[in-house]
Amino acid sequence: MMMDYVWLIPVFPLIGFLINGLFGKKLSKNTVGIIGSAVIGLSFLVTVKIFFEFLNLPPGVKAVEKTVFTWISSGNFTAQAAFLIDPLSLVMLGVVTGVSFLIHIYSVGYMHDDPGFYRYFAYLNLFVFSMLILVSANNFLLMFVGWEGVGLCSYLLIGFWYEKQSASDAGKKAFVVNRIGDFGFLLGIFLIFWTFNTINFREVFDLAAKYPIGSGVITAITLLLFVGAIGKSAQIPLYVWLPDAMEGPTPVSALIHAATMVTAGVYMVARCSALYVLAPFSLTVVAVVGALTAIFAATMGMAQNDIKRVLAYSTVSQLGYMFLACGVGAFVSGIFHLMTHAFFKALLFLGSGSVIHGMHGEQDMRHMGNLKKYMPITYWTFMLATLAIAGIFPFAGFFSKDEILFYSLVDGHLLYWGIATVAACITAFYMFRAVFMTFYGEERFDHHHVHPHEAPMTMAVPLMILAGLSVVGGLVGFPIIEGAHKFKEFLKPSIAPLHAEVHHAMSFEIIMMIFSMTVAAVGIYIAYKCYIKTPELPEKITEKFPTTYDYVYNKYYVDELYDATVVEPIKSGSDFLWKGVDDKVVDGAVNGSAGMVAWLSAHLRKLETGFVQNYALAILIGVVLITGYLIGR
Amino acid sequence: MKLPILSFLVFFPIAGMVILLFIDRKNHKMLKEATLAISLVEFVVSLPLWFWFDGKTAAMQFVERYNWLPQYGISYYVGVDGFSLLLILLTTFLTPLCVLATWTDIQHRVKEFMICLLGLIAGMIGVFVALDLFLFYVFWEVMLIPMYLLIGVWGNPARRVYAAIKFFLFTMFGSLLMLVAILVLYFHYGKTTGTYTFDLLKMYGLSIPFNMQFWMFLAFGLAFAIKVPMFPFHTWLPDAHTEAPTVGSVILAAVLLKMGTYGFLRFNMPLFPQAAHYFVPLFSILALIGIVYGALVCMMQKDLKRLIAFSSVSHLGFVMLGLFTYTMAGVQGGIIQMINHGLSTGALFFIVGMIYERRHTRMIADFGGLSTPMPIYATIFMIVSLSSIGLPGLNGFIGEFLILLGAFKANMVYATIAATGVIFAACYMLWMFQRVMFGKVENEKNRTLKDLSPREIAIFAPLILFIVWIGVYPNTFLDKTKATTENFIAMMEKVKAPQVSFYQVIKGEAK
Repeated sequence: MMMDYVWLIPVFPLIGFLINGLFGKKLSKNTVGIIGSAVIGLSFLVTVKIFFEFLNLPPGVKAVEKTVFTWISSGNFTAQAAFLIDPLSLVMLGVVTGVSFLIHIYSVGYMHDDPGFYRYFAYLNLFVFSMLILVSANNFLLMFVGWEGVGLCSYLLIGFWYEKQSASDAGKKAFVVNRIGDFGFLLGIFLIFWTFNTINFREVFDLAAKYPIGSGVITAITLLLFVGAIGKSAQIPLYVWLPDAMEGPTPVSALIHAATMVTAGVYMVARCSALYVLAPFSLTVVAVVGALTAIFAATMGMAQNDIKRVLAYSTVSQLGYMFLACGVGAFVSGIFHLMTHAFFKALLFLGSGSVIHGMHGEQDMRHMGNLKKYMPITYWTFMLATLAIAGIFPFAGFFSKDEILFYSLVDGHLLYWGIATVAACITAFYMFRAVFMTFYGEERFDHHHVHPHEAPMTMAVPLMILAGLSVVGGLVGFPIIEGAHKFKEFLKPSIAPLHAEVHHAMSFEIIMMIFSMTVAAVGIYIAYKCYIKTPELPEKITEKFPTTYDYVYNKYYVDELYDATVVEPIKSGSDFLWKGVDDKVVDGAVNGSAGMVAWLSAHLRKLETGFVQNYALAILIGVVLITGYLIGR
Repeated sequence: MKLPILSFLVFFPIAGMVILLFIDRKNHKMLKEATLAISLVEFVVSLPLWFWFDGKTAAMQFVERYNWLPQYGISYYVGVDGFSLLLILLTTFLTPLCVLATWTDIQHRVKEFMICLLGLIAGMIGVFVALDLFLFYVFWEVMLIPMYLLIGVWGNPARRVYAAIKFFLFTMFGSLLMLVAILVLYFHYGKTTGTYTFDLLKMYGLSIPFNMQFWMFLAFGLAFAIKVPMFPFHTWLPDAHTEAPTVGSVILAAVLLKMGTYGFLRFNMPLFPQAAHYFVPLFSILALIGIVYGALVCMMQKDLKRLIAFSSVSHLGFVMLGLFTYTMAGVQGGIIQMINHGLSTGALFFIVGMIYERRHTRMIADFGGLSTPMPIYATIFMIVSLSSIGLPGLNGFIGEFLILLGAFKANMVYATIAATGVIFAACYMLWMFQRVMFGKVENEKNRTLKDLSPREIAIFAPLILFIVWIGVYPNTFLDKTKATTENFIAMMEKVKAPQVSFYQVIKGEAK
């Protein structure tokens, strides 16, 4: 049968994980690297094959489900281990396997001197396995398996250098914050099951269609699911783990914390578009959270000096865009941006990794400068990705971001559009700031100790391929011309539309495009002014607004706020529960009653004197008392 | 001919005790090998239970029945159904692993130790198979003594006597009330039907006035709640766990606590169904307190064993919450969670025991960075921790998910509160793991620690096999409990709680 072998897609990485995890220590680094990368390559090939088979399906067949086995069954609850192959999952499978494959190859070079090489590849393979389960599951619970699985791998890989306190702290933080989101997701699943009696995506969506728009239970479900997305995709207020996640090796940041895992929330919302379109309130929440995160994170990105942190905040911000798109009903645009972002942001991270590699571990952009002279491939590829993220025509990011801006105006609200536009300007600014600080200007590093060099070929080739994708990847979603938006046509069967498609005047679309380009150009120009032309300008500005700068530089003190209002109270409260309640009250009652018995027996024992006279006296007193009582009655 | 498998399982360890008597007390190796052999035979003999057990019927299987004291209606009556099957297998499965764990750990009074261990096994299996209330009570009390000795003799010298006595008194206190209740039940049955018997299954159908059910439920319930342990009867557990030798902690956590939850399923709920419905809010809330409170207190612990002990309070809270939902998912999840807790918490105590053997400390602060000298240990510890925090794909998730699913139907608020326990579990386990395993090796003594030996790995391999198996394909186990649970739910659905207040019951107005 066609596509019966779809299970191979996640199983290959799983095999890689088992081989590298169990025997990796005994294998040579080359073998580990080859196995680790090859299994992902195989998954990619299977995905491609399935993609073509899918295109050849008879018209009318929009999705194929393949059950492998029944995972859990209890009473009327069943969860299958089964795959859903439809346009949406195919896009995700393609992005995940493709980008993962490149990053695995890059990692062979990047991690070459690390003693935990095999462990790294085992974790990375496990991650890809979980991610593939997440995007190809046909029901909510199996998706949740992948969902928590990627969280685990993220935890393991952020804390990969576990001897470093900050790394293991960051890993733990990521896991716990994600669990807060997962808590919402889990409750969402319960509500789905007890509402529809199934957790299969397509069955749920079919049944939900009978509910009226704005129904309470659908709103509740979509909001709970969105809590999961907020955690996984690092949106306000749970974004705090992502910047810290940069403690992990850079290819991990590229794969997990930029291209794939963090976009799972967007995928989930798009997957549940059939539910979200029934819950206007939830959509508004999604859009507002997305828009706010987009601008909030962008402002934080402006003041970072660590090249990876700039990219981290940029990721948070771009994820905000994707949610904004979903929130205004433009799910396709959200997924489109997810895909182009996977290309250019993976490239940016890998480029930064190449810089860090070439700079012997230096991440602070203040200690870089003029690196284009030393690493031309890295420079050019990084530049292309920057143009893409800034939204310059005809790079990939231009098409997807422009679409989001467009729909946030026509289907959303002027305010959304305003926020997104300002955030776009800031994005262009901080990205070019990063480019200028890293690759231009004076050489601010110590020439005696640092000898910048270009990346080896295993790292450079993935950079070039991703650069190619960042340049042309947006063309699948070519706007304006009718039918040229192949991406939208392809995804149509998977996405529930918010309303019938409205046709907009071509001139309006073109004006919007020119405007968004102008906005990007302004951002770039300001960066140019600040960091090339008059390098003393930023300092002057920060001196002029010290408080504002302080807030932005310290990320608005959100981490400190959470510490003071959540973490510390729980800790001291728990300490009180232990020492105050458990030891004193509960166990105190136990020991107290034991003590009382001991005390009583110690005193009662004294009555047993052994002297007959004493007993006779006691008898006499007793007789007197009883007689007295009887008489007096 | 039917083979008396259950009797063999109960009495073979006792025969084993006799065999050990004849072995030279100085020959530790032979004592341990003999015990290992006995426990392996026990395990192998228990396997037919699994293969021959018919998961399609709720009836008792492998039943054996002999008159014991017929004049009082007491018989030796044993059998297995979906509730007890997995617990018996868990017991026989863990015993050889426990014996293996004593190899280097127990060095003095080995003979007595092994005799206690075998006695404990016999008692525990007896508890799970007994279908006669009198017989049950005998086993219930029998098993108390070896456990008391294990803690009191081989425990941590500092506080072992305190912990042993606390354990003993707590349990005795509960069981005495239960004994009274058993007798009341016996006479009530005799009065209403004219025959006097301790036969449990006959009593299932008995109609008992609600007022009486109320008090009987509490009397049985107290004995079991102490064992589970439910808040606020849990304070014996951290002490017992901390002071007990490794194997004692493992058996205590893995099997002994399950007698409490099993007791609710086997006795409290079917015998007093009206009261069982009536007490849902009370016991659910106690379970919720256990989940959240246990997890929070856990977070602050400085001693590894105490931490795991409090995590048991939290995990067992989940089990109780599930059982009291009277839904398929909740009850089946509760049963699976009993097994899960046995596997993962048992494994955690082995893990702590092994590090204690090497370093003679259980304080978290004394460790740090152990991943570097002990990578295999680190991997196993990580897998078990993840199982304990309910990561999907491993066993803990299946139990917690089904329990919460059932609880969500019964009461959304309960489920929501309980689900926060999942977050806290991640906090305390990962924090503990980080402090023990991650970071740089600061303490010189930790730098040269030896990684696990093949014997130690052999202890974990089967545990991890089941941790993954239950996570990936739980139906193997859910199928065995299905018919029994369905029957139980049907039985529970037939009755409802009367609408009376606590006060009315206490005044004797509720009939």
